[in-house]
Amino acid sequence: MADQEKKVLGILAEFANPAELVKAAKEVRDHGYEKFDCHSPFPIHGMDEAMGLRQSPLGFIVFFMGFLGLLGGIALTYYVAVIAYPLVISGKPFFSFQAFVPVYFELTVLLSAFGAVFGMFHLNKMPQLFHNLFYSDKFAKATDDGFFVSLEGEDPKFDAAKAKKLFESLGASSIELIEGE
Amino acid sequence: MNSSSLAEQFKLPESLKPGKIALIVGGAGLLLSAVGFFVDAKQFYHSYLAAFVFWTTIALGGLFFTMLHHLTGATWSVVLRRFSEAIMVILPVLAILFLPIIPGMHDLYHWTHEEAVAADHILQQKEPYLNIPFFLIRAVFYFGVWFLLARTLKKYSTQQDNAPEPSLTDKMRRFSAPGMLLFAVTLTYAAFDWLMSLNPHWYSTIFGVYIFSGSLLSVLAFILLAALYLRGKDVLQSVITLEHYHDLGKLLFGFTVFWAYIAFSQYMLIWYGNIPEETEFFLQRWEGSWKYVSMVIVFFHFALPFLILVTRAAKRNLALMKVMGFWFLIIHYVDIHWIVMPTLHTEGFSLSWIDFTTLIGIGGLFVWYFWKQFAQQATVPINDPKLQSSIQFTNA
Repeated sequence: MADQEKKVLGILAEFANPAELVKAAKEVRDHGYEKFDCHSPFPIHGMDEAMGLRQSPLGFIVFFMGFLGLLGGIALTYYVAVIAYPLVISGKPFFSFQAFVPVYFELTVLLSAFGAVFGMFHLNKMPQLFHNLFYSDKFAKATDDGFFVSLEGEDPKFDAAKAKKLFESLGASSIELIEGE
Repeated sequence: MNSSSLAEQFKLPESLKPGKIALIVGGAGLLLSAVGFFVDAKQFYHSYLAAFVFWTTIALGGLFFTMLHHLTGATWSVVLRRFSEAIMVILPVLAILFLPIIPGMHDLYHWTHEEAVAADHILQQKEPYLNIPFFLIRAVFYFGVWFLLARTLKKYSTQQDNAPEPSLTDKMRRFSAPGMLLFAVTLTYAAFDWLMSLNPHWYSTIFGVYIFSGSLLSVLAFILLAALYLRGKDVLQSVITLEHYHDLGKLLFGFTVFWAYIAFSQYMLIWYGNIPEETEFFLQRWEGSWKYVSMVIVFFHFALPFLILVTRAAKRNLALMKVMGFWFLIIHYVDIHWIVMPTLHTEGFSLSWIDFTTLIGIGGLFVWYFWKQFAQQATVPINDPKLQSSIQFTNA
C-alpha cells in the first residue's frame, strides 16, 4: 500500500476569523463550486446564506414519519380492539378511537422523533468513520480555533491549481492539498 | 442616540393618531344591544357574556404575553411588547363592562335561583362557593389583581422610556414571577365563575387551562393583525420584520396544538369516566345542530390550522398570516359561543343579532382604547436594553 501513488483528494484553506470565513464561503459559492464545506469551532450567523445552503428537508421527513406513526397507531389499535381481541369495555363500541388517541399521539411523536434524529443522521451522512480531510493534521484545529474551507476533489469544477489561486486571493492564512490513497 | 430622538423616531405618525370611529362604532353597538335587552333580556345577557368573555380573554392574553416576555427575557418579542402592553391595560375598562352582567345573573346562572337550590342537593353542597355575594367579591378580586398587574408593568415600562434605566427590566421580571402565579389562579377561577357555573352541576378542573389556551391564541392573532395593519401603513416595517411574524406564526402553530391537547384531555376523561354530571356538558353540545358547531371547532380550531401552519413557508407568508389572524379570532369567538349558548338554546345552534351587536359594541371600545393606549407612547420600548438585538433578530 505504501508504494501506491498519492492522489489529490481535495484542498483545505484556513482563514483567520469567522468574518473572513463567511466572505470566503460566499466567493467559493459564487465561483460555482458545489462540493465544498466550511468548518468552524462554533456556528456562525449568516453562514447558511453565504454558502448558499437550501432549507433543510428534515421538516418534511419528520412530517412524513409523524403521519406514518399516526396511521400505524390507527392500524394497531383497530387490529387489536376489533380483529384480534374484541372486548366490550364499559359498553363502548369496539373501535372507540377516543380511548386510543393517546396511542396515536404518542406514536406520532415517537416516529417524528425517530424521523428527526435518524433523518438528521442520514442528511449529515452519519455515521461516517473516515473522511479525506482527516489526512490533514491541521484540520483538528476546526474544533478549537481554526476556520476552514474545504473543497472536495469530486467537485466537477475541481482543479487544484485554480482552487489554490482562489484561496490565495481570498487571503487564506494557509492552504493545504489533501493527499491520500 | 439619546432618548428623545429615539422617541421621536418611533412615534406614531400624526395621520395614524386614534380617531373616534372605533368608539362611535362601539357605542352604537352597545346602544343597539341595549335595544336587544328590551326585546329579549335572556338572549341579551347570554350574548353579552359571550362577547365580554371573548374580549376579556384577549386582554388577559396580553397580560400573559407581557409577563411571559419579561420572565423569559425574550429578545425577539421586545418590538411587540407595546402591543401586548396596550392590550393588557384594557382590563380596567373591561371591569366597567362587567357591570351589566350583575343584573343579568338571574337570567344567566341557574344557581342564583333560591327555589332551584332548595330542591337540589348538589347545588346546596356548592352553595358556600356558588352564591351571589361571594361571586361578586371574587369578580372584584380578579379585576383588582389584573388592574394591579397591568398598571404596574405599564408604569415601569413607561418609566424606562423616560429614563434609560436597565434595572427596570429586572424590576419587571421580578414583578412578573408572582404576577404569573396570580394570573394563573385568577384566570382559572374567573373561567369557573363566569363560564363553568352556567352548568352548575358540571365541573372540569382543566377548564381554566382550556380558556387560557384560547386566550393566548387570540392575543397572538390580535398582535399579528395590529402589526400587519401598521405594516400596511408603512409604520415599523423595518422594525417588525418577517422574522417576528415567523415567530408569531410558530407560537400560533404551537398553541393551536396546545389547545387541542387540553381540549382533548378534557373530553377524553369525561368520555371515559362517563359520569352523568360530567358528560352533561358534551351531551348538550352534541344536541341538534350544536353537533355541527362542535365539529367545526375540532376542524377549524385544530386540524386545519395545524396543516396550514405546519410549513416554514406558510409562517413567512404575510398574506396567509393575515388570514390566519382573523381565523383564530373568529374561531375563538365560536369556541366561547359554544361554551355559553347551549344553556340558553338547548335545542340547537341559533345566532341572534344581539350576538353581533354585543361583540361589536365591546369590540369597538376595546379597539378604540387599545389604539389610544398604543398611540400614547413610542411604538417600541425605546430604552429596552435588548431593543437593537430584537430588531436585528433572525431565525436560524
